[in-house]
Amino acid sequence: MAERVHKQTPASERRSDADTENVAVPVTETGEKLKAELDDLLDEIDEVLETNAEDFVKSYIQKGGE
Amino acid sequence: MAIPKVVGIETEYGIFVKGGESNPVLASSVLINAYVAATSPRIGWDFDDERPGSDARGFTLDGGPDVEMHLVNSVLTNGARYYVDHAHPEISTPECRGIREAVVYDRAAEEIVRCSMEYSRSVLADDVELLLYKNNSDGKGNSYGCHENYLIDRGVPFGRLVADITPHFVTRQIFTGAGKVGSEEPGTSVSDVPFQISQRADFFEEEVGLETTLKRPIVNTRDEPHCDPVKYRRLHVIVGDANMSEVATYLKLGTTAIVLTMIEDDTFPNDLALANPVPAIRIVSHDPSLTRTIGLRDGRRMTALEVQWSILEAARRHQKRRGFASVEDADDVLNRWEQVLAGLASDRSTVADVVDWVAKERVVRAYAERHSIEGYDVRLKALDLQYHDMRPEKCIASRLGLRTIAGADEVRRAMTEPPHTTRAYFRGRLLAKWPESVVAANWDSVVLDVGRDPLRRVPMMEPLRGTRELVGSLIDSSDSVVELVTRLGATPEM
Repeated sequence: MAERVHKQTPASERRSDADTENVAVPVTETGEKLKAELDDLLDEIDEVLETNAEDFVKSYIQKGGE
Repeated sequence: MAIPKVVGIETEYGIFVKGGESNPVLASSVLINAYVAATSPRIGWDFDDERPGSDARGFTLDGGPDVEMHLVNSVLTNGARYYVDHAHPEISTPECRGIREAVVYDRAAEEIVRCSMEYSRSVLADDVELLLYKNNSDGKGNSYGCHENYLIDRGVPFGRLVADITPHFVTRQIFTGAGKVGSEEPGTSVSDVPFQISQRADFFEEEVGLETTLKRPIVNTRDEPHCDPVKYRRLHVIVGDANMSEVATYLKLGTTAIVLTMIEDDTFPNDLALANPVPAIRIVSHDPSLTRTIGLRDGRRMTALEVQWSILEAARRHQKRRGFASVEDADDVLNRWEQVLAGLASDRSTVADVVDWVAKERVVRAYAERHSIEGYDVRLKALDLQYHDMRPEKCIASRLGLRTIAGADEVRRAMTEPPHTTRAYFRGRLLAKWPESVVAANWDSVVLDVGRDPLRRVPMMEPLRGTRELVGSLIDSSDSVVELVTRLGATPEM
């Protein structure tokens, strides 16, 4: 599985102040890193997305099931 | 006392014939046949005990849903059922005792579908491909289901079950929803609802009922226990979305098994009944801000999050006083449940790696921003559909860093081996060891060809018998199915 999106720490694991102090990366740098990762992801999605989205969405017709 | 929760998931996949004529029934048959031909001798499904028209409220509907006997229908060595249902390939996991275990088997089902796509290439023309989608709607008003099943005590009054489970079914979507671009509710357009939480909420029209294909009810009353009908009920849940996130599947099954345990023990809070569940399920789904309130019968108004916090608090009280012995993994489910609610309540991005709709909404938003899309654009709907694409090279969900809880090795094993702690073990092992002798199988029996004698039906009315502990060595040490049947006859407590 591609790990392009920054894995967020669950809320419960980052509640203590000690943890917050340990975050060494300046906010702007983290923000830029996140943005770069998101850019990479969007580049990939541009490649992966069906080339003719209109046609794909129009022809994706299912019968009801269950 | 609550009974052990045995669970399973049945998923209908969207199927699309790329480069060929659109015949979904035929395409689904080709897909499943390709898998069965490549992996195992075909064992037919036995329809003797199928009664989908039987209603939990105590009557039988004439002209109820038909069982389609002519379509492909196979039992796999992992205890699962793989078949064509209406116009979709459907796979039902084997019965699982563990919540995490059920996630492993749901993942194994995905891999079986992926293998089927691969195998089907050899029987199709070069330019034809079968594409599969683990979603629940085509965006044009057609929906197909992902159903959950839970073993519950027949002694629980059905009316109380409906009343208590409904608030959970209406609000759990805030962490189980798979997300959808646009709306399929008649009269509601994509400009009214650009993005919503659930794939399925638009399709529910009744509070309670037997149907699954039209006038869908929030609580389905299909009364087919597939086990001892005096002791048990199988709650057939049709209200959920199919999830790409493993943790979302885990929470969907785990929280519901916990709520059902509370209902069995009568510890579920009686002040959460909703005034109008059907509109409420759409109000919640159509509000990704999670701020709109829904009315309760006692006159209060609460957000879906507040209803979920109330249910979780009651579950914590139950845990402290009585524990949740009936639900495997309950303590972990409760912790993750709390984490996901806390994340949704504070910083949404902290749960983008577990909640499908949050992950999908985030990527849809980012994509729209990059391409300067304002409002609706067909590319956003394509992105939505492709989130669920079963082709690894085309799947969006698998690129978003969703957390996993099932290991690759155990998923691979689960494609062919049954769970150890339910009757699926007996069914799966028999198929693996004596495929030529298993004439037919279904959830609660196996029909065996024992040579010159008449066919023998071995009933399996207890979901927690037929386990490895009870029959493993018997199967291992029997040289033939005749020997097995003889020795089983001497062990009525199979």
